[in-house]
Amino acid sequence: MTTLTKADPTPPADRTDGAGAGAAPMVQVRGLHKSFGRLEVLRGVDLDVPAGSVTVVLGPSGSGKSTLLRAINHLEKLDRGHVAIDGELIGYRRSGDRLYELKEREVLRQRTGIGFVFQNFNLFPHLTVLENLVEAPIAALGRPRAEARAAALALLERVGLADKAAAYPRQLSGGQQQRVAIARALALEPKVLLFDEPTSALDPELVGEVLDVIKDLARSGTTMIVVTHEIGFAREVADTVVFMDGGVVVEQGPPAEVLDRPRQERTRAFLAKVL
Amino acid sequence: MTTSTPAPPSPPRPAPAPGPSPAPGPGLDAAELAGLRTVPARHPWRWAAGAAALVVLLQFLHGLATNPGWDWATFRLYFTADTILQAIGRTLELTAYGTVLGFALGAVVAGMRLSRSAVLRTIAWAYVWVFRSIPLIVQLVFWFNLSYLYKRFGFGIPFGPTFGEFETVGVLGALGAAVLGLGLHQAAFAAEIIRGGIIAVEAGQREAAAALGIPRWRQAWRIVLPQAMRGILPAAANEVISLLKGTSVVYVMAIGELFYQAQVIYGRTGRVVPLLMVATVWYVVLTTVLSIGQYYVERYFARGSRRTPPPGPLHRLRTLLRSLPVRTDARAGARTDARTAVRTPGGTP
Repeated sequence: MTTLTKADPTPPADRTDGAGAGAAPMVQVRGLHKSFGRLEVLRGVDLDVPAGSVTVVLGPSGSGKSTLLRAINHLEKLDRGHVAIDGELIGYRRSGDRLYELKEREVLRQRTGIGFVFQNFNLFPHLTVLENLVEAPIAALGRPRAEARAAALALLERVGLADKAAAYPRQLSGGQQQRVAIARALALEPKVLLFDEPTSALDPELVGEVLDVIKDLARSGTTMIVVTHEIGFAREVADTVVFMDGGVVVEQGPPAEVLDRPRQERTRAFLAKVL
Repeated sequence: MTTSTPAPPSPPRPAPAPGPSPAPGPGLDAAELAGLRTVPARHPWRWAAGAAALVVLLQFLHGLATNPGWDWATFRLYFTADTILQAIGRTLELTAYGTVLGFALGAVVAGMRLSRSAVLRTIAWAYVWVFRSIPLIVQLVFWFNLSYLYKRFGFGIPFGPTFGEFETVGVLGALGAAVLGLGLHQAAFAAEIIRGGIIAVEAGQREAAAALGIPRWRQAWRIVLPQAMRGILPAAANEVISLLKGTSVVYVMAIGELFYQAQVIYGRTGRVVPLLMVATVWYVVLTTVLSIGQYYVERYFARGSRRTPPPGPLHRLRTLLRSLPVRTDARAGARTDARTAVRTPGGTP
């Protein structure tokens, strides 16, 4: 289905924002287009995320933020454009001047390097917290059970839920479930973590505990892309804030610029509404 | 049965001391209301309807006991007769084969209907369409007469050489035809039930499994199917019970299952009603056993679905037994101190 026949030119290497200055960005997004029927959701999105940096994507609903995130780990097939993580094309293999579409098995392997945290957690309700965490390392990476278990318990400790290993997801609060979901994504030791509105389904008093876990990850140098409506979180944690509207990136830069001195009228209008 | 009867006009209780909570609105005197006697609402028509239903039921039971036509002596004679017990074995055998073949093939057909291949989807749809359309009894007779259509049955390369051949009559006797008919019929219904269970699993579950890179087979086995089982089981249990009773249709092929055997006996003795009752009671007993099994299987697949899992019936029974001596103690106490016993709330711990 792809119309790509030539690889796009390599991204400019002189970007200086973020921690991975100089090196090739961890996530590179080029010319993404995606339509659902006649609705064009992404209309040419370009994005670079340096290794170890936190990118927060803001924008009104329907602006294509979630679709962008889902396109990055190939949950959503693209109409045009491509995505590379750590230099590896996602969903395609390049051979000479051709791109071969990868089989599902290979896409699944690529996804083990990309952690994804859903708005609705999507924990497996029939498995305990511990089973939720060890499932992918054992099934996808072939880790020995004992090793996966030890790693999972360490991760639960890290998100403050060591005592919930034997609980079932429905026995936990929303905030606890989302922390388990984050630990589950981390269990694969991904190169990059994608968060799709991780606090939107939570009661207001539970938002803080989830954001604290994400902030902790940010400090530890995990590469992250976070779609959220939490402007305060963006200001505090983001290296780069990306503002999207109508399927394109309207404006991007350090939070101090985009949030406090936006150059674009659409950005200003959006911030005036949410702040 | 120490249900609390309306208390005799109790002495007015002392008004509660004014607490720290804010006083309620004017005109509502909590202390005065607490001292009033509460009269429960009465439902005379509910009682009348219940009584009428009971009279009809008693009439029926009385008929069962007194009408000589039921002939309970003959019923007792044949209820555990060897021929009947053997026939039950045959009924169970047909049910088991039909269930295994039906659900195994049904799972394959359901997988084909959910497949990404349009060819497989269409074939599976056509299978369900055809086998749901043909009445079971017509199908059974058809399979029974298969040897008219195909005399020999062989394995080999399609449109090429054949490696081994069998006489159709030899392979597909009456029992084989019955199992094949029951299984193929059952598979069409099982396929739809399994497919229904699978598509009812929230799409986010498969998406989360895909995002974690879990291989496709494992996604189905470990993530989707266990959750689909909750939707599949009640309908599947219906199907197994239908099949158990549906095996009685097989009497047309002169296979010695329960209903056929009952017919053979009443054909010989002329005692139709008691032998129909023998078959009926056995069908009820077998269905009951299956229903109990269903309860426990459903309970297993419901794990994680509730915050606090409910106690099972055995556990409830044990709790009840343990609570019994406590109650007798309470009754013993009632003799010595009536006033205490009246205040003890009945039953519920």
